[in-house]
Amino acid sequence: MGMTMTQKIMAAHAGIESVKAGDLIEAKLDLVLGNDVTTPVAIGVFEKGGFTKVFDPEKIAIVLDHYTPCKDIQSADLCKCARDFAIKHNIKHFYDVGRVGIEHALLPEQGIVGPGQMVIGADSHTCTYGALGAFSTGVGSTDMAAGMAAGENWFKVPDAIKVELTGAFKPFASGKDVILHLIGMIGVDGALYQSLEFTGDGVSQLSMDDRFTIANMAIEAGAKNGIFPVDEKTEEYVKGRFDGEVKKYEADSDASYSRTVTIDLSELEPTVSLPHLPSNTKTVREVAGMKIDQVVIGSCTNGRISDMRAAHAVLKGKTVADGVRCIIIPATQAVYRQCLDEGIIADLIDAGCAVSTPTCGPCLGGHMGVMSAGERAIATTNRNFVGRMGDTKSEVILANPAVAAAAAVAGYIANPEEVLS
Amino acid sequence: MISGKVWKYGDNVDTDVIIPARYLNDPDPKALASHCMEDIDASFAGSVREGDIMVGGWNFGCGSSREHAPISIQASGISCVIAASFARIFYRNAINIGFTILECPEAAEAIKAGDEVEIDLKTGVIEDKTSGQTFHANPQPGFIGEMIKAGGLLNYLKAKEED
Repeated sequence: MGMTMTQKIMAAHAGIESVKAGDLIEAKLDLVLGNDVTTPVAIGVFEKGGFTKVFDPEKIAIVLDHYTPCKDIQSADLCKCARDFAIKHNIKHFYDVGRVGIEHALLPEQGIVGPGQMVIGADSHTCTYGALGAFSTGVGSTDMAAGMAAGENWFKVPDAIKVELTGAFKPFASGKDVILHLIGMIGVDGALYQSLEFTGDGVSQLSMDDRFTIANMAIEAGAKNGIFPVDEKTEEYVKGRFDGEVKKYEADSDASYSRTVTIDLSELEPTVSLPHLPSNTKTVREVAGMKIDQVVIGSCTNGRISDMRAAHAVLKGKTVADGVRCIIIPATQAVYRQCLDEGIIADLIDAGCAVSTPTCGPCLGGHMGVMSAGERAIATTNRNFVGRMGDTKSEVILANPAVAAAAAVAGYIANPEEVLS
Repeated sequence: MISGKVWKYGDNVDTDVIIPARYLNDPDPKALASHCMEDIDASFAGSVREGDIMVGGWNFGCGSSREHAPISIQASGISCVIAASFARIFYRNAINIGFTILECPEAAEAIKAGDEVEIDLKTGVIEDKTSGQTFHANPQPGFIGEMIKAGGLLNYLKAKEED
């Protein structure tokens, strides 16, 4: 029987001819990732396990992005623990304040991950690198410790859902709307233990940033990973960044899928997820007029340059509505710098936005935009669980950057077209 | 053999409610346990007793990869989580830290909060002493059971190395 893209990458890294769904394999890892929340726990497990050496200091990335610049003494202690470990073990891809960006925007941008690789990260949104045609999945701290010690780990080969994309976007629809729509269709456990394999003519219409956003939220459908085929856009993106070999794995024509889902991009409307599950989707049209107190534009989901440009296109020359706080967080220093060069940041500040150095901060209710009871945010982040951005009685609505920016100007959920007209 | 009183929750219990991110800056298991389930059940951390059992619905442990979630439940004294299904990272993390979890949709549906439940880990038989009902959990595949028995992934890898 044929294999999916995911299964082919797994077989290659397990050093075996073929795998099928359900097989338990041990596979070699190209990269092991952790952040300031998960790495200290992994270090504890690593050291308690009696390990003194990492398998390869060039294949580990430690990115201090969650509570940085440190919000309190305890988070400073966590960063110090991770920093000391990175220095002691000569970790090549160690990123601290001043160089750091949000891990899943930073690693592709810096060429630390590439097509065909097998990557684990102690962060659930590690599935983002599937946009590059890699197998990458989120794990916990013990898996990170085992990965750092052994350079390999165990995996159950997943079954797959084929997501066939056709057509091209209408204005103000984007990768975020694809993934929110998909999660709305199949549910937050619709892809549990499975891979989401994106395919079809529509893929060529998607920018790399759209693909990163889509793969990023595969976890919100319960998926083990989301993956895209490698095409000219992927090759163009990795050129000059990634110096490894670009390996393309294509699905066999007789690969097996548990189901096929088709999404016509031309039919997608700007979409939001209402509290408290990402699957609780509505079109912007259906919920227009809902009042908001805060807007967050950034995160590993939507903090890339095209997201900043989309927000800018709506906010330029406009003013953030009275009573609304609009927080904009470019995901990496390079994105921040690019925004400066293009004049985006000046326009956002003139509009009344707060623009921050890269951090995960508000997305997980860490800092830089935590909410009080009864407040509601529209955010380009990835989760709207109870208490995710602050008090358990606060609410998060997920949206794309243009929709979030439109809400910042209107003070309520609105179609970007309406705000611009 | 495990037995204890049941703490019952619904579907899609996510790791943000199991242990909110505002407490992740202190990863000490006891500190985590003191805030476990706080955002959906403020009474849990103060009242849970050693050996008690947690029962959830579908997709238990979805969301963030934070291992702090199963650590906080384990450190609170809970001996086992029974759920209709588990989100995959939570499932993996629980096994990796040697924490017992059982998948059993029938038990997850029927068992009620406060019931006294007894679990035979060898056979996977779950007995609800309060209602008198008996359920069979899906067995763990061979090496996963061994990993839990060894006390987690690192111990398992070490034992394998020493063999």
